[in-house]
Amino acid sequence: MATGTDKKLQENRIGLTIADYKGGKSTLCGGCGHDVITNAIIRAFHEMGVEPGRVAKLSGIGCSSKTPTYFIDRAHGFNGVHGRMPAMATGAAVANCDLRVIGISGDGDTASIGMGQFVHLLRRNVPMIYIVENNGVYGLTKGQFSATADLGSKLKTGIVNELPPVDLCGLAIELGASFVARSFAGDVKQLVGILEAAIAHRGTALLDVISPCVTFNNHPGSTKSYDYAKDHEAPVHQIEFVPFFDHPMVEQEPGQVREVQMYDGSVVRFRPVEEDYDPRDRHGAWHHLKEAAVRSEILTGILYVDERKPDFLKLLDLGPEPLVHVGADKLRPPRSALDAVNASLMEG
Amino acid sequence: MDMAGSAAATGPRVNDFSVRVATVNGTGSQSANVVLLRTLFRMGIMASGKNLFPSNIAGLPTWFTIRVSGDGWIGSRRDHELVVAFNRETVAEDVQAVAPGGLVYADDKLEVPERSDVTVHRVPFTAIVREACAEARLRKLVANMAYVGVLAQQLGLDMEDVEAAIGAQFENKPKAVELNLATARAAAEWASGNLPRQDVFRVERGNSTEGKILIEGNRAGAYGAVFGGVQVVAWYPITPSSSLAEALIDQLGELRIDPETGKATYAVIQAEDELAALGMVIGAGWAGARAMTATSGPGISLMAEFSGLAHFTETPAVVVDVQRMGPSTGLPTRTSQGDVLSLALLSHGDTMYPVLFPAGPDEYFSMVAEALDLAARLQTLVFVAADLDLGMNWWIGEPFAYPDKPIDHGKVLDAKDIEKLTEWGRYRDVDGDGIPYRTLPGTPDPRAAVFTRGSGHDEDAHYSEDADNNIRVLERLRRKLLGNVDLLPASVVEGRHGEKVGVIAYGTSHWATAEARDILAREGLAMSYLRVRSWPFDQQVLDFVAGHDRVYVVEQNRDGQLAQLLAVAAPEHAARLRSVAYCGGLPLPVEVVVEGIREREREV
Repeated sequence: MATGTDKKLQENRIGLTIADYKGGKSTLCGGCGHDVITNAIIRAFHEMGVEPGRVAKLSGIGCSSKTPTYFIDRAHGFNGVHGRMPAMATGAAVANCDLRVIGISGDGDTASIGMGQFVHLLRRNVPMIYIVENNGVYGLTKGQFSATADLGSKLKTGIVNELPPVDLCGLAIELGASFVARSFAGDVKQLVGILEAAIAHRGTALLDVISPCVTFNNHPGSTKSYDYAKDHEAPVHQIEFVPFFDHPMVEQEPGQVREVQMYDGSVVRFRPVEEDYDPRDRHGAWHHLKEAAVRSEILTGILYVDERKPDFLKLLDLGPEPLVHVGADKLRPPRSALDAVNASLMEG
Repeated sequence: MDMAGSAAATGPRVNDFSVRVATVNGTGSQSANVVLLRTLFRMGIMASGKNLFPSNIAGLPTWFTIRVSGDGWIGSRRDHELVVAFNRETVAEDVQAVAPGGLVYADDKLEVPERSDVTVHRVPFTAIVREACAEARLRKLVANMAYVGVLAQQLGLDMEDVEAAIGAQFENKPKAVELNLATARAAAEWASGNLPRQDVFRVERGNSTEGKILIEGNRAGAYGAVFGGVQVVAWYPITPSSSLAEALIDQLGELRIDPETGKATYAVIQAEDELAALGMVIGAGWAGARAMTATSGPGISLMAEFSGLAHFTETPAVVVDVQRMGPSTGLPTRTSQGDVLSLALLSHGDTMYPVLFPAGPDEYFSMVAEALDLAARLQTLVFVAADLDLGMNWWIGEPFAYPDKPIDHGKVLDAKDIEKLTEWGRYRDVDGDGIPYRTLPGTPDPRAAVFTRGSGHDEDAHYSEDADNNIRVLERLRRKLLGNVDLLPASVVEGRHGEKVGVIAYGTSHWATAEARDILAREGLAMSYLRVRSWPFDQQVLDFVAGHDRVYVVEQNRDGQLAQLLAVAAPEHAARLRSVAYCGGLPLPVEVVVEGIREREREV
């Protein structure tokens, strides 16, 4: 029997149940953080009522990049080459502005081979959600360190990482990204809230999600294990997401809660955990990250948001009609236009 | 010095000579060169201009050669009858390069080596420019126009046409027009008062450029993209392809803004590297856009992995490769056809792509437009193999022909089509032509959704590592291309002469080959000539090879790359093939082709 709390059978605002957002069966290891993220994506897209057919899922290569087949079967997907998903996503987003683009990557796919494209994606503010399923190791090639592994982190074999980690969130803030969040696969409630806010955003929404690799990096000595992340997670705020189609806002206690209205009209309410945290303060966000790193804390939450920054399509001066829908008559100038070109070139 | 040697002895050479101008890079020499070419074009005289420039912005030697040919030959020549020597560093070799009986116009400050068989005129270029241009800081910009004036007077160029050419060159800049014109006039007057009348090398007004256009090659390729309906362009700057993308940006802005909305019907993205450029093109092509990039050899190397992805996932994409001389960084400002093998088979595993070979600006235009259709029709990456000679030089050529077929988006199923089908699969060959049907992201019908992957997949696009399936998929991909070569630009038999000797050329090698064939025919060696316009080869190409005892294959690389592809395509006739390959990086000189074939024929 379905009850009011049985979300699985509930229809969303476009009449679809969560089953309509599901994908194929995961082939990842049991308990993999990536599967938790997959489920959070399914939930968030269902709750937001995104049309599945408008979603475009892209990924690179690696365990994380396999996951787009595990959610929203009704969407097109493209599993491309290692580290190059950002370019493909950019091309797709530019070609069809109606697409809701989501890219799934990993720490190897993003922070090493794909660093160049990642950096430029953020600079452009391409409208898409970019999730890094960050476990600090290369899973599919059996457990080598990645570039996000922390200094001193230990592999199962006892090898210690001696190189400093790439902090993807710090980097993103530095590059002027418009939505930067960090979360943890062990904190589904927060992750779903961040994902919904990301769906409500227009621009690149970067989600760096600590997603433990149960096979190669979940042991004592690892700084990307479930236990370590649980112990060191430090949320900067609690997130309440009020979608644009939901009930009017509840009265809030003044001074207690920050609110940001997103591109689609949804509102994100930030309730402070300890000290006040302003997610619109770019320099503050960066300093918080650096200070937390010194304390070995994993700051989570929407660390920075600039909900009004123009996205890449705006900079390209594209109209509201997707480029792919522009009719052939507008793609090929008339014969008279070519005659004029020829005539001017005939003058020498 | 005496007027001695062959040229003087054989009488006047009207509309039949070659000029070499030696200057310094970054001194505005290109403008002066183009003014000369524009003048000849306006006077109805067929000519070609080649800019031989260093990989440098300013200060290194640069040459410009102009071939004037009343017979319409526009291939490049090694020998030059006239030399303008402006550059101290190269004056010795420049004077050596002049043909016996030729003329040298040297800056009077240069030390010119003695040569008894050429006439050297000393020209006070600096003084002429000083007088013509009052503002000292502008003199450097107009200095080269002085040799335009001297040549105009000496060769008999019409000053009215020179004036019009300067007007066209410095469009909308009245002050530049005025200064350049004043300099050219002053130099012409100086020549008229101080140099002996020159009657050997003359131009005469003709009508051989009537109905033709004058254009820098990459601009022609760019127009091809505009009229081919390109929607997404992603590019990374690299010589010699950058000017294609830059021209495209201007042309799209002029011709492709929707008049109703005032918005662009295209997007141009300067990518962070060539990998990203092709990645964006593939992403856009997958989403249903007509997308392309332009690059050169090093970019092609970087694009190898993505090319294989486009091939295997059957995603439309167009890459214009404006080839330069490799390997590695090589000679970035020198021309080549050295990427042919790479393009045909780029990436790991078994891959193959259609490669189109434009010879002149009109084909550059039509082939870029056609490539966008072919990419959509064949669901593949298509290469247009241009080169630096075609892309960065100015060409007198045929006007552009308006595409005779409507824009082709290929086999795309929309939601209504899907609704009517009881079942469908992304990679099923339902028509028997090897070309499957595709749907685009954003198609609302849930059954339209496809997961595209560079990993093994079956006919329904599901992940597969099955051995038999993999064989089927790879065999169909081969059939898709080899079974549809008739869709590619067909080879052209330019002439037939018996069954003994044939010659094959492609791209810009055509121009020297056509003239070499004429020269050799007059020596008694008549040859059939076929021009390849695409790879994989059509049947006519294979028949041509089979139909001649000896077939010379002329190209601009070291290893005879197209000859190798021919040998693979027609192994039973491989012994007939003889490679005439040139890897010097200069636009293919006619003499190289003549000598290459002549010597090999002597051995027979």
